[in-house]
Amino acid sequence: MTITFSMDGKEISVEQGLTLLDAARENGTDIPTICFHEATTSNALCRICVVEVEGMRLLQPACIVQAAEGMKVQTRSERVVRARKTILEMLASTLDLSDAPEILTLMDQYGAKADRFPEAERRESAVKDDNPMYIRDYSKCLLCWRCVQVCADDAQYTFAINFEGRGYETQIGTFFDHAIPETTCVLCGQCVGVCPTGALKPKREYLLEQGLSPQEISVMNTGRKRRSKVTGQKSE
Amino acid sequence: MQFVAVSIIGCFGLRPRNDIRFLAIPCISVYTLHIGVPMSEIDLTRLHPVLDSYIPLGRSGLLPALHAAQRLYGWLPQEAAAEVARSLKVPLADVHGVIEFYSLFYNEPVGKRIIRVCTDPACALKGADGLLHHLCSHHGIEPNATTSDLSLTIEASPCLGLCEHAPAALVDDKAETNIDLEAGSYELGRPKSIVDGSLRLLTAHCGNGTTSLAKYGEYAALKKALTMKPEDVIAEIKSAGLVGRGGAAFPTGVKWEGAAKADGAPKYVVCNADESEPGTFKDRVLLLDDPHRTIEGMCIAAHAIGATKGYIYVRGEYPYIVPALENALTEAREAGYLGERFDIEVRLGAGAYICGEETALFESIEGKRGFPRVKPPFPTTNGLFDQPTVINNVETLCNVPLIITEGAAGYRRIGTEKSPGPKLFCVSGDVAKPGLYEVPFGVTLRELLEMAGGPSTEGLDKERLDPPLRANETDRIQGVLFGGAAGAFATSAHLDVKLTFEDLRAAGLPLGSGVVMVFNETRDLRDVLKRLGKFFAHESCGKCYPCQMGTQRQMEILDRIAAGNVLDGDMRRLQDVGWTMTDASLCGLGQTAAGAVLSAIKLWPELFVER
Repeated sequence: MTITFSMDGKEISVEQGLTLLDAARENGTDIPTICFHEATTSNALCRICVVEVEGMRLLQPACIVQAAEGMKVQTRSERVVRARKTILEMLASTLDLSDAPEILTLMDQYGAKADRFPEAERRESAVKDDNPMYIRDYSKCLLCWRCVQVCADDAQYTFAINFEGRGYETQIGTFFDHAIPETTCVLCGQCVGVCPTGALKPKREYLLEQGLSPQEISVMNTGRKRRSKVTGQKSE
Repeated sequence: MQFVAVSIIGCFGLRPRNDIRFLAIPCISVYTLHIGVPMSEIDLTRLHPVLDSYIPLGRSGLLPALHAAQRLYGWLPQEAAAEVARSLKVPLADVHGVIEFYSLFYNEPVGKRIIRVCTDPACALKGADGLLHHLCSHHGIEPNATTSDLSLTIEASPCLGLCEHAPAALVDDKAETNIDLEAGSYELGRPKSIVDGSLRLLTAHCGNGTTSLAKYGEYAALKKALTMKPEDVIAEIKSAGLVGRGGAAFPTGVKWEGAAKADGAPKYVVCNADESEPGTFKDRVLLLDDPHRTIEGMCIAAHAIGATKGYIYVRGEYPYIVPALENALTEAREAGYLGERFDIEVRLGAGAYICGEETALFESIEGKRGFPRVKPPFPTTNGLFDQPTVINNVETLCNVPLIITEGAAGYRRIGTEKSPGPKLFCVSGDVAKPGLYEVPFGVTLRELLEMAGGPSTEGLDKERLDPPLRANETDRIQGVLFGGAAGAFATSAHLDVKLTFEDLRAAGLPLGSGVVMVFNETRDLRDVLKRLGKFFAHESCGKCYPCQMGTQRQMEILDRIAAGNVLDGDMRRLQDVGWTMTDASLCGLGQTAAGAVLSAIKLWPELFVER
């Protein structure tokens, strides 16, 4: 069944059951997202996709609210822009966004200032390098939950990671902070694949960024230099 | 940079979730710790018999099991946490996540004795900071630290719900109240109830210790309700105009009707006794003094919606209520009011204000971190264990027997047309007689404050005031925090506002949970705001971004303002953060976390600029 509703003053028709985000994307309207991922359950927690729906007291997250007949939606009203801009400014004052180009672009779009909140306590922690496959740099973590979800019943059923702390001090962690090899982690890499900010990163990529050469990384991992597959010669 | 993990998601991630589940490789148990836990002196043999009773509950037994383990060891060593995980079949990381969420669970050793000193506004007015400082320096430790011999831990605590006995503390599981450092006096044990007001309907049995079933008398309202059809009970509640007393003021009858009509069994009745709103203590008095009224209310709700199981979720800071409640439940079972048809289980929280949010409370009973759920779906169809559920506040449930006994028409004779019934107000702060006051809806704030003896002159620097303050000069108040931390400020200009939903709404004040916290002319409201900011930053669950970061940024700015280090643009920052939290947060906590601050900016903008 098709329903018709208005988005930014434009009448649009979509299949019933679609979220406002789906409907917007189908119709070429841009609604930004951060925690949303097609493969994970939507928790509507980043609130960057909020829109104004006539008749609703509060802004509504487009990623989970379904389009309904006759609905009147504003995706860029003053209230929406203020909320998005403030959320972006708070993110910039909280964590290291250097590996999150999409969010930096959003900040430009919304005129969000990275230094809006001076003297803010940032979430900083040392890089956790405790397994051969990936590193965890929670100074870059914006708590989208996607890694926890794919580690649990959204994909892998491994349940190696969950949350530590509460509120602003929340962080992703293992049972009593055990190193990854001591947990149920099977190094499937799903969490790395869904991380939007480089908080989880393939170790090789991390080491390359640290300035190590592929040779040095190879020596580090296997104790020997890599051989070229074709000639059997040592690579450069 | 391409990587195998990226390609896994690339291949499977866009398919429906059921497909990516094929990737699951259940190769090792996620419930058992295989390596890494050092052998230590933790004697797990003591834990096994304790855990046996929680095994049938599965994950829902997690909080009770952790409480039990912590009672054994004094804290939660990882060996014990792993044993709980194995017994209840909860993933290790999840158990750790739950321990980390609740502030009354400890994953490192703490003192044999734990003193939690409330430092929220009502206690702060009565010298809580000095008390905390005195205690700490006496024992040679900092706040939130433990003595080296592990004999004592001293913590600064969020509101303990003992506001009428300020300053107050929780010593292990006992309330320590009316602490007077100079006189060296205090009361330890069951907190006294101070109950007054122009009505004594909900509080008829309050003020004289716990009321036994013999004294409460038979459940006459339940007996009457059982002769009525469930839909007639609901109709009676609806026409009585009862709305929720926990803060949201949702029509109770509509809620019951929704759950009654919803498909699914079993259905649940949950009593929300996670009262944690700073300044609120009514549920403590109701449950401790008159548990049968709440139980009877729950039984009537169960009959109305067809529920077979009930829960009373008591906040972790009220451990001393649990024995009284368990005893009352036993009496009710012996009298045949509870049993096979409907029975009630008590659950104790573990230090998380957010669990007063109804869906977070469900998550907590289910053995999870208290993250609020996205609504809709609503509890009436998808509540506890995803089943149809009615969740009501203690005071709301206490109104139910009254409505059934008196009939909706009789009940409506109390209060006003649009706000029928009696209402409890928790009056604290600078008043002569802080306490729980029962009044009909419609009395004015002035009348309520005069019942409480007017503004207190105690401890005032009267010389500084011109003219000097005399007792009973109600007009001489600086502000009233209305509805709790999640509420808003009123001033003496609001004294003649009638306390009804409609009049308060018109005055821009939330009734909230019935908090009326008074501040006299000498009080530094910046300090009050700083404490409210700290409270919300401490209690935000961290799920949605506006509240997770907004409560922190709000606290930082309020700290600056209280310290006199205001930065250019701080008021605007507070407003942007506040409006964003109010407008875009996921649950009621974030949506109200800036209410008091935003109201103070309107009333007293001068507080937010450089002095």
